[in-house]
Amino acid sequence: MKYVLLFGETKERAKQWESMPEAQRQAAYAPINQWFEKYGNKITGGHELQPERTATTVKFNNGRPVVTDGPFIEGKESIGGYAEVTVADLDEAIEMAKGWPTGGLVEVRPVVDRGEPQR
Amino acid sequence: MFRDETGRLTAALVRALGDFDLAEELVQEALLEAVEHWPKEGIPDKPGAWLLTTARRKAIDQFRRQARYREKLALLEGASMRDDTAEGDDRLRLIFTCCHPALSREAQVALTLRAVAGLTTIEIARAFITSEATIAQRIVRAKRKIVEARIPYRVPAERDMGERLEEVLAVLYLMFNEGYLATAGERASRRDLAEDAVWLAGLMVRLMPEEPEALGLLALMRLHLARADSRFDVEGNLVLLQDQDRSKWDRERIATALVVLQGAAALRRSGPYQLQAAIAACHAEARSWEATDWQQIVALYDVLLELMPSPIVQLNRAIAHRYLEGAASALPEVDALQEVLDDYYLFHATRAELLRDLGRVAESRAALARALELTANPAERTLLQRRLG
Repeated sequence: MKYVLLFGETKERAKQWESMPEAQRQAAYAPINQWFEKYGNKITGGHELQPERTATTVKFNNGRPVVTDGPFIEGKESIGGYAEVTVADLDEAIEMAKGWPTGGLVEVRPVVDRGEPQR
Repeated sequence: MFRDETGRLTAALVRALGDFDLAEELVQEALLEAVEHWPKEGIPDKPGAWLLTTARRKAIDQFRRQARYREKLALLEGASMRDDTAEGDDRLRLIFTCCHPALSREAQVALTLRAVAGLTTIEIARAFITSEATIAQRIVRAKRKIVEARIPYRVPAERDMGERLEEVLAVLYLMFNEGYLATAGERASRRDLAEDAVWLAGLMVRLMPEEPEALGLLALMRLHLARADSRFDVEGNLVLLQDQDRSKWDRERIATALVVLQGAAALRRSGPYQLQAAIAACHAEARSWEATDWQQIVALYDVLLELMPSPIVQLNRAIAHRYLEGAASALPEVDALQEVLDDYYLFHATRAELLRDLGRVAESRAALARALELTANPAERTLLQRRLG
């Protein structure tokens, strides 16, 4: 069963992250890299995303595409990245999320299963 | 989880077989199979038909063996230990799935009541004074999430057990309080959820006899229920613990609760439910209000606070402290909670009592008025209004 883990950060923390000196940021990445290593055989995809300020949203007004600046999720949190994981069930996906080391939030979402053969 | 289908299916089989007992048993077997297969394979388009087909197959199997049926029954009884364990595992799986933390608390409660305790949707709706459609929708959504997000149907692994058991016990205690805290008037028209919760807690204890907190919760519920009859007077007004007629307390129930609590203590893993039960036991064992062992109660609250540092527990400790040391020494402890408990009526009701004891009448009345603003429960309002005079 495939799930996507969406990694969220409060906007405040995302800013802090960005303004960190390079050396400190490298150090902060260490536990994250460890997490990816630990679950390497279960992670089947994913990326860290550029900050929210780089986001562009296309919406449709009466069917006409309108391009606007910013993300479409409005709130205190923003999505900093995602990982696609292949595990047995929700408990296993939750277990991975519990080990996520940044102190941010993790949303666990199953992907739609169209009946393709499972790994 | 599939109670909706159960009633209809049971009725159809009773009609066909003319044997209520056998029909019930077949339905249970069909339900167990559904619980095995549906989470893996998805809920079939016509779950009722699926269950009926399965139950029919089971019936035919049984009839084939009919010649030696009674003989086998006797054998089955002899081997009941093993069957009980298998059945117990199934029920535990069911309970842990219904109380999975990925489901909302409301959904956990509704699902547990229906799948484990066998309540109908209407019964659950009445118990929570809400519409049948609301409960039905809650259950449908929860079932859908179990399938779509693949919530596993199993007893949690050892390393998750503490957390997951806590979740189950929290669901049962919420259920209990929903029933127990209902006023006398409401009780007449509502199903007694407290009794359902006690039954479920008893089931947990049977299925997991080595879990002291399950025992603690069962003891706590029994101790509360032992005093239930004296909580309201003939007019349905709330009677406080200190004014309750202790001869009305159910001594037998108290005695069994104490045995359960001792059983929990023997397992030597303390926890919040055991401590709360121990506090309730102090009250239950006191022959009169004056004979209450406040020293012991304050000491128990101190341990409870270490495990569960909540402001409500702090408030209760302060109340016990008052009876041990007096209002003057308890008031600062209560006042310290002002910020976190300002919206909690019992905080203000407690302050009002302490201020009255200290002769600060105007402040006491102001606190009572504030308490009155904050509760809608009619029995509690009457009590507060009487104090306001």
